[in-house]
Amino acid sequence: MTLAFLNLSWPVFADAVALGSIYALMAVGIGLVFGVLRLVNFAYGQLMMAGAFALAFGAQWGLPNWESILFCIGVVVALSLVMDRLVFRPLRGHTPAVMLVATFAVAFILQNIALIAFGSFGKTAGGLAYLQEPWDIFGVEIRKIAIVAIVAAAACLAAIQLLLTRTPVGLHMRAASMDFETARMLGVRANRVITGAVVISGILAAVATVMLSVEQTQVTSTFALSDTIYVLMGVVLGGLNRPIPATLGGFSIGFAFGLLGGVLPTNQSQYLPSFIFAAVIVVLLLRPNGLFTRATGAVERL
Amino acid sequence: MTALAVEKLSVRYGAVDAVRGLSLEVEAGQIVGLIGPNGAGKSSTLHAIMGSAPIADGDVLLDGRSLLKRRPEDVARGGIALVPEGRRIFGELTVAENLRLGLAGRRKGSNGDGLARAYELFPILHEFRSRHAGALSGGQQQQLAIGRALAADPAVLLLDEPSLGLAPKIVDVVFEALAQIRDAGLAVLLVEQRAQRTVALADRSYVLANGELRLTLGPDDAGDTDRLVAAYLA
Repeated sequence: MTLAFLNLSWPVFADAVALGSIYALMAVGIGLVFGVLRLVNFAYGQLMMAGAFALAFGAQWGLPNWESILFCIGVVVALSLVMDRLVFRPLRGHTPAVMLVATFAVAFILQNIALIAFGSFGKTAGGLAYLQEPWDIFGVEIRKIAIVAIVAAAACLAAIQLLLTRTPVGLHMRAASMDFETARMLGVRANRVITGAVVISGILAAVATVMLSVEQTQVTSTFALSDTIYVLMGVVLGGLNRPIPATLGGFSIGFAFGLLGGVLPTNQSQYLPSFIFAAVIVVLLLRPNGLFTRATGAVERL
Repeated sequence: MTALAVEKLSVRYGAVDAVRGLSLEVEAGQIVGLIGPNGAGKSSTLHAIMGSAPIADGDVLLDGRSLLKRRPEDVARGGIALVPEGRRIFGELTVAENLRLGLAGRRKGSNGDGLARAYELFPILHEFRSRHAGALSGGQQQQLAIGRALAADPAVLLLDEPSLGLAPKIVDVVFEALAQIRDAGLAVLLVEQRAQRTVALADRSYVLANGELRLTLGPDDAGDTDRLVAAYLA
């Protein structure tokens, strides 16, 4: 089978699905925290940047890959918890605008700390670069990272789905994201739910970091910065206050980037973000509640 | 035995006094009514008990222990369950999930089967347990809200206008359930607009106006409309 009529090849398609999967993970991570805190964490990308530096240090210290990955998860989760404790918690109950601006500040602080500490060239996280090599699948050469990213994302999303629908803590999280005040009156512990969401969000950020680091082996202070902006866009596009639409929105943006990036001639791909931004504006003008939500129901605006 | 005691409670929102020096007690196996016109401070009293309204003065005691400065979730887990005004059920969750959410308020070491109790009291909830709660009728949602509160196996049940917006027949169901809950030994504090029915059901009713206690009524006063009206207009 061929996709040639679309000027598209299976490897490009696989890469696009993979990028979509990674963005979907980030979207879930951002969406979980938004659900319980009504906070859009703009500093999500800087969490990932910290995780990428953790991978780079792991490689520099000669750690085996799995140890580097665990180190990355540890650093991202720890930083998420510190961020929650020092910034989000004191601001809890403030308007979404205040919290959003606060996360901007956190993002720039972290980015500049990285710039000062590691310079503008950053460090190299090449431990997983071998995943760039292709696997031959029925005569089509698909990069290993594409398969790994898709499988890892699917596994993470399935695990989160199970957690949210089958466990008490998941039920508490869902209730808290619908009506936190009532949930608390019923005995749902606010701090536990928020910490849970922050930790899971951090784990997802770390997994996405590991995937992105395969391609972006040069880790600098702007690692995952543009990815986060695209994902935030995708989350808004899908519908910010709904987990599944938000995930689909994240996936769509990643998929669109991957696809168009692969299809467009190299001399035009510099315009790619502009195309996507324009498309997002058009979609939001037509469907302000999000692409994947029903038109009814008020959306909490920021 | 006094389960819940409110002592000289004052609730203040900014410059507005919502409740002024209110004292009341609810014993186990009792229904105490709290009635009065809109803005009398009834809901503020319940929210102050739950720890979600600012207490300017006074105290709230559960089994003799002060609940001051406790978070709502800790008050709930201490044994006080609230059926909030407007029911506040989770429409996108199933009936069973709503009830399981009530389990979050169970006290440490509680082994009462609150879910079974809720289903027993409101069989309709069992029948509709896998439906989305938002698809239930208003009366069924009210039963769910009460069932959800009972799932926590609380010692004290607070209800904020459970009959609001319900058809008279459904109000009968709700009030009958409250009588059963009382007989099971819970302390019930019932905030209501339906003054006459509340006075008739409750062991004791307090009339609140402008945040202050105006009158205490017994079940025999339910027929005394003049006294009720006078209390409301005072």
